[in-house]
Amino acid sequence: MSSNAIPSNVITPLVNGEARAVPAGSTVGDLLRSLALDPRMVVVEHNRTILRDRSAYDTITLSPADTIEIVHFVGGG
Amino acid sequence: MTTLVAPTLDTPLVIADRELRSRLLVGTGKYASNEVMVRAIEASGAEVVTVAVRRVDLDRTKEEGILHHLDPSRYLLLANTAGCYTAEEAVRYARLARAAGFNEWVKLEVIGDRETLLPDTAGLLEATRTLTAEGFRVLAYTNDDLVTALRLEDAGAVAVMPLASPIGSGLGLLNPFSIRTIKHRLSVPIIVDAGVGTASDACVTMEQGVDGILMNTALAAAQDPVRMATAMRFAVEAGRLAYLAGRMPRREVAVPSSPTAGMLA
Repeated sequence: MSSNAIPSNVITPLVNGEARAVPAGSTVGDLLRSLALDPRMVVVEHNRTILRDRSAYDTITLSPADTIEIVHFVGGG
Repeated sequence: MTTLVAPTLDTPLVIADRELRSRLLVGTGKYASNEVMVRAIEASGAEVVTVAVRRVDLDRTKEEGILHHLDPSRYLLLANTAGCYTAEEAVRYARLARAAGFNEWVKLEVIGDRETLLPDTAGLLEATRTLTAEGFRVLAYTNDDLVTALRLEDAGAVAVMPLASPIGSGLGLLNPFSIRTIKHRLSVPIIVDAGVGTASDACVTMEQGVDGILMNTALAAAQDPVRMATAMRFAVEAGRLAYLAGRMPRREVAVPSSPTAGMLA
C-alpha cells in the first residue's frame, strides 16, 4: 500500500468500534502499518476470531463489513 | 528484588508450580505517571504485576501500552478481566490476553454489581471451568465466601483471591474470620485481593495466614506511592513472619515482664 496513492476503492470496516476508511484489498498487516502499530505490542481480533499467528496478518484481506478489534495491555489492578 | 526474609524463616510462595520471589503482587492502574508506577513496583519487590486488556486508542490521545514501561522478562504479567460482567466476556478478554504471547495466567474477574464491584459468583465459576479446560491458570478474584472459594478450587483455580474489602475502597480487612476459614479449608494458595488501604491492613491480613496479597490502589493513590510500596513490602513480610512465629495468647490481665522476686525491702 503506497501512502501517497489515492485509493480508487475504499472500504470502511469497523476498527475498534469506528468505521475506518482503508483501501480495498488491504490486509490486517496493512491496517496495522497504516496505524503505525507494532504487531508485537497488540493483539488483533478479526470478526471475533483472535489472530494468534502474527505472521498471518499479511494474508488476511479485510472485507467491507469486517469488525476488527485491536487491543493491548494497559495499567490495571 | 530478593526478599528481605532469610530463606530459613519462610518458604517461597508457589502458585501452579511457579515459585515467586514475593508474597506481594501489585497492579499497574491509576498511577499519576508511568515513571512513578515503575519506581513503586520496583520498591514493592513484586514479581507478579497485573495488567488490563483494552482497545488501542487509534488516535493516540491517551497513554501508550504498558509494555513500553514494564519489561515482561522481569515481571510475570498477570492479565485481568476487570470490567467484565459475564463469563463469556471474561473468557474473551482472557483469550485476547493469552494471544499477547506471554503466559497462560489470568486474574479472572466477573463483576456482578457496578456499585460494589462484588463478583458474580455463578459467572466466575463458569468462566473458571471454561478457561481451566483451555489450559489457563486461573487466579480467581472472589468475595470472602467460603463455599464460593471451595467451588472455585474444584473448578480448577490455581489460586483463590478473596477480597479484604471492596475494590479500591481502602477499608482494610473487614472479615478476618472468613479469610482464615477460606485459608484453612482450601489447598490452593489464597491471595487476598482488593481493599487493603495502608501497611497495617497488609500486615493484619498476612497475620491471618494467607499466602499473599494483591493490591493496586493502596499504592497508586498514596501521596507517595514509592514510600507506600516500600512500607507494604515490609508489612507483608512482617505479617507473614508474625503468622509463622505464632503470636502470644491474649490475656485480659497484666502479667509482669520483670521478676517479682528480688525487690528491695
